[in-house]
Amino acid sequence: MTRIFAYVPFKNGVTDDVALEYPDAAKKIDAGASLTAVVTGHGADLDNVADALTKTYSEVIKIDNEALAYPNAEIVRKALTHVIPADAIVLVPHDTFGMDLAPGLSIKLDSAYAADVVDFEGMDGATLKLIRQELGGAVSTHVTCDAASGAVITIRPGTFAPADEEGASGTVVDKSGEAGDLSAKRTFLEVVEAEVGDVDITKSDVLVSIGRGIEDEDNIEMAQDLADAMGGVVACSRPIVDAKWLEKSRQVGTSGQTVKPKIYMAMGISGSFQHMGGIKGNPFIVAVNKNPKAPIFQVADVGIVEDILDFMPELQEAIEDL
Amino acid sequence: MEILVCVKRVPDTAENEFELNAEGNDLDRDDLVYSVNEWDNYAVEEAIRIVDNLGGSITVVTVGDDEAEEVLRREMAMGANNGVLLSDDAFEGSDGRGIATLLKAEVETGNYDLILTGAQADEGAGQVGGMLAAMLDYPYASLVNKIEPGEGKIKVGREIEGGNQEMNEIELPCVLSIQTGINEPRYVGIRGIRKVAGVEIPVKGAGDLGVDAGSVGEAGAKTKRVDYFVPDPGDGAEMLDGDTDEIIEKLIEKLKAKGGL
Repeated sequence: MTRIFAYVPFKNGVTDDVALEYPDAAKKIDAGASLTAVVTGHGADLDNVADALTKTYSEVIKIDNEALAYPNAEIVRKALTHVIPADAIVLVPHDTFGMDLAPGLSIKLDSAYAADVVDFEGMDGATLKLIRQELGGAVSTHVTCDAASGAVITIRPGTFAPADEEGASGTVVDKSGEAGDLSAKRTFLEVVEAEVGDVDITKSDVLVSIGRGIEDEDNIEMAQDLADAMGGVVACSRPIVDAKWLEKSRQVGTSGQTVKPKIYMAMGISGSFQHMGGIKGNPFIVAVNKNPKAPIFQVADVGIVEDILDFMPELQEAIEDL
Repeated sequence: MEILVCVKRVPDTAENEFELNAEGNDLDRDDLVYSVNEWDNYAVEEAIRIVDNLGGSITVVTVGDDEAEEVLRREMAMGANNGVLLSDDAFEGSDGRGIATLLKAEVETGNYDLILTGAQADEGAGQVGGMLAAMLDYPYASLVNKIEPGEGKIKVGREIEGGNQEMNEIELPCVLSIQTGINEPRYVGIRGIRKVAGVEIPVKGAGDLGVDAGSVGEAGAKTKRVDYFVPDPGDGAEMLDGDTDEIIEKLIEKLKAKGGL
């Protein structure tokens, strides 16, 4: 029988949303598989999280150690390597923690590795069939993964259907004694909070958000003018911040701000999942992009194939004439 | 500080519209524009800044065919001192683990204090750095957006959710995967490329690296891409067409209906 172990991150006593998404992923891997949640940490927060997970999982393994109080990927990896059987399938979220943990974990468990999986098509013997994306989401690929000696898989957060939390009444298994040596060559120091900018994009109902299609820093004015006409503010995707054209506090995405506008105008934005991950509350998304194959058109409500540098001033003028 | 930067030649997502080939199982590669993986430029720039301050040298390495040499030359034009091309028919079809196995063999031929990779490349896995570190038993940090060099240890900032930064102290030697935005990579002009055009770049195969050909390439790969496809857009966007005036008229009606105007 396929054994699946799902690593559940948590923060301030609250489990990551992925905790409810693993059961769907596990079912798509193998409907007959056993699914065990694994949590690591220290103290009351860990105990509470482990107990809460028994509503969703029939078995919850917890590993309690002072060294695990902050999730340092190197230390978590050591603990997991001692507790998870070598032939298991291990699920981890494809986020900034999962990317830190999972590749090295696959080496230490001598398992196959597949990253940022968006769907599974079941097992064919010991071969796991899955789907992932390449080239920034422009193309998808069918992938086979030989899981005979285990596999570590990161799944894309938000892609699997969340389970009903109250389904199970599982038990907590304390494996703290098996964690082994938890010394590390990397030491966590502190979290430096993001700087607050002069404009708070999280408070606006209308966002005119620009991406690479803006082409030049001087063109940002066009987006600002359109935002002014619409009574909104200018936000952006990652490349604009990397180029230092706008401050980090304007960036929408998993590594930037989470926004909940009513209207999201995606101007020249390709629509990577990291960017879309920062848009919540189901806004009306208008995408304008000169590339008809831009992935943003798969998630937008309305799509327009135009060059934003021509389109934005015309739209602004038409709105001002209303 | 002796620094190794692992780089990759990839299809340029900004320069291409990706189409499938006639069989529908691979990209149509005939007219693809390739360049160095965007993240790798940030890694090379960071290495140059560290060496400018502390001294040392930078080697860039890639796994690929003859054409991959061009990305090594580009990074050498930026300021890397040496290039190494790992190339062998036996390397074709390597998965992330296979690539990490080859890079590990190359690392062991040198005396590197710091190994940098891009945080991810064209396949979007972000896997090779973490695997390489685990194979070498070096510490690792991913998505690094700040490096403060020191003696025997360095401080690194990692980009985490919400625009926050996680600061860590990490022992050398170590492997770091570099996130975009950590610096502003310098421009490389034609003159710079010309200057390194004649520099000899050693090519190493399985035998030179002492790697068992069966442990890499297609033969050693546990994870294999079967084909490419373009997913059914499903409930994708309602596309507005017509001339620009018509589009704007339709769009304004929709924005009004949604309370956006």
